[in-house]
Amino acid sequence: MAEASWAQMTADERRAWRISQWRNPGLPFANPEAEAEYRARVDRILAAINLEKPDRVPVCLIGGFWGASWAGLTPYDVMSDPAKAAKAWTDFNLEFRLDTQCSPLFAAVSAPMLENLDYRSYSWPGHGVTKEASFQYNERQWMLAEEYDHLIADPSDYLLRVYLPRAVGAFGGFANLSSFCDFIEMPFSSFHMPGWGSPEMIEGLERLAAASRSVGEWWQHMGGMVGGLMAAGFPGYFAGGSKAPFDILGDTLRGTKEVIMDMFRRPDKVLAACERLVPVAINWALKRPGQLGSPVIFLPLHKGADGFMSDEQFNTFYWPTLRAVILGLIEEGCIPFMFAEGHYNQRLEAIMDLPKGTTVWLFDQTDMARAKQTIGKVACIQGNVPLSLMYAGTPQETEEYCRKLVDTVGEGGGFILDTGAVADGGKAENLRAMIRTAQEYGRY
Amino acid sequence: MHELVEAMAGMKEADALRIVDEMLVKGEDPKKILDLSSEAMQVVGERYQEGTYFLPELIMAGEMLRKIGEILKPRLAEKQGETRKLGTVVLGTVRGDIHDIGKDIVGFMLEVNGFEVIDLGIDTGEEAFVAAVRDNKPQVLALSGFLSVAFDSMRSTIEEVEKAGLRKDLKVIIGGGQMDDTVRRYTGADAYGDDAMAAVAFAKETVGVM
Repeated sequence: MAEASWAQMTADERRAWRISQWRNPGLPFANPEAEAEYRARVDRILAAINLEKPDRVPVCLIGGFWGASWAGLTPYDVMSDPAKAAKAWTDFNLEFRLDTQCSPLFAAVSAPMLENLDYRSYSWPGHGVTKEASFQYNERQWMLAEEYDHLIADPSDYLLRVYLPRAVGAFGGFANLSSFCDFIEMPFSSFHMPGWGSPEMIEGLERLAAASRSVGEWWQHMGGMVGGLMAAGFPGYFAGGSKAPFDILGDTLRGTKEVIMDMFRRPDKVLAACERLVPVAINWALKRPGQLGSPVIFLPLHKGADGFMSDEQFNTFYWPTLRAVILGLIEEGCIPFMFAEGHYNQRLEAIMDLPKGTTVWLFDQTDMARAKQTIGKVACIQGNVPLSLMYAGTPQETEEYCRKLVDTVGEGGGFILDTGAVADGGKAENLRAMIRTAQEYGRY
Repeated sequence: MHELVEAMAGMKEADALRIVDEMLVKGEDPKKILDLSSEAMQVVGERYQEGTYFLPELIMAGEMLRKIGEILKPRLAEKQGETRKLGTVVLGTVRGDIHDIGKDIVGFMLEVNGFEVIDLGIDTGEEAFVAAVRDNKPQVLALSGFLSVAFDSMRSTIEEVEKAGLRKDLKVIIGGGQMDDTVRRYTGADAYGDDAMAAVAFAKETVGVM
């Protein structure tokens, strides 16, 4: 798609183009049945997103490490060995046959890549947490309070020359570089280039090359797995990801406690930073080499949940800029998918301020009947089967819970059955009960 | 309401620190400043319980208390007579989980409500919980965890406490992201809590004050 013609297209035309890319992935299907199933699955999801009735309630699993645990592997095993990961998730998907691929791309990240990068803002299995645990944030001030002005003035420059050297060891040498604007004027280049020869920079560049080789091997396995599953009839769900500006700032830049105190200590800076991060967040999702495989963009939401802030704080610091990111993505023809962990009961009215049929909201412990009556009027809702039920419940309890969801939330369409949070494991028979409920009881 | 209590409870950090400075210059007893700070924490806790304050105010209040504590520390010559506590709670995030914010809020609310809190931190192994229960003889053991990996760690922690013969006379509550009654049964805990208030109510009930 040429940029000029893209610029002239309306949001609806862009969306239609992305949807056609998703429906016609341009790869050879295993057989005509797989092709028909692939398209039926995409259309089922799209109907739910459009708030229409599909043939039945779609069922997905935004799985974390369940593909691994089902194969008897730990998070550590699959992050260390992409061949094992690809095999485990292929088997998992072919066994459970969900409506979108349960993907390892956001779970079985390459540990050798992270080691080579000296990635510091997360701990991962075998590197800061036990081999059985999932990866987790290292809460720290990766951005200092006095750096707000730099971030606001020039986010990319701030990220490249201040944040990255601190948060990712391989970029350590970038701290001594002058502005990249030096290349705009030929003579200035001489002032920029010496930093690239420092011992720290050379070691970092070698680390980056090694990280790239690690992830190259990883992509060979993962790309093969994703393509293989598509050929077998299983569409991918997400084409990319982004975040709420407040979460970008709070999760891995300032840290939870610091960003919260910033709301009291320097509210104007927090607001200015969030506003400045709106186009950054939109471009983050869009500007990737290659075409997007689907229109759906994954946004994990963290610090706007009930309890994390008051309604007033949500409506001041969190929602306006998240809404701007959502609208910006819709303008680009994307379908933003908000992964709303925790409780969202207090926010259900506020988030209704969105165009109808353009977004998906996955809820965790939110009151789903109320969600249906509020945000459900304008957006597709997904999720809510408790992880605890998957992990420690019985198939009967699971089925009962899912039937209730189909009855209350599934009515009239606009609903996708799923767990309420990232599932790292559970009982296979409970997952089967969830899927069976959608396939049989969930017929419209 | 004293102006220091008002400033702290109103989230006015700079004002609160200025008032503390002024009081010290005037020769005010540091112990009185400490008491006023505790009073402010009570107010914050009450507003949280009422639903007008949320996580941000608890974190901000904790930070103000920490700063004032640092200022007062060298001036509080001898150790203050310990105020009588309602009971003791051993608290920690279980093995494999490094989330601390929920745990810290529970600790804060328990302290504000008069409990002695032994905080074992994050990624705490079974043996550390067993040792802390043995040494401190708490009425309540509070286990925190955000991820599903915590389900098994909580279960094994409670099993180990039981094996060490320490489960009798001890009430266990679990809390965090995915905890509910299904997980409570799975882990063998006595209760689960949706929020910090649930932990406070449970601890009070356990020691017989409501």
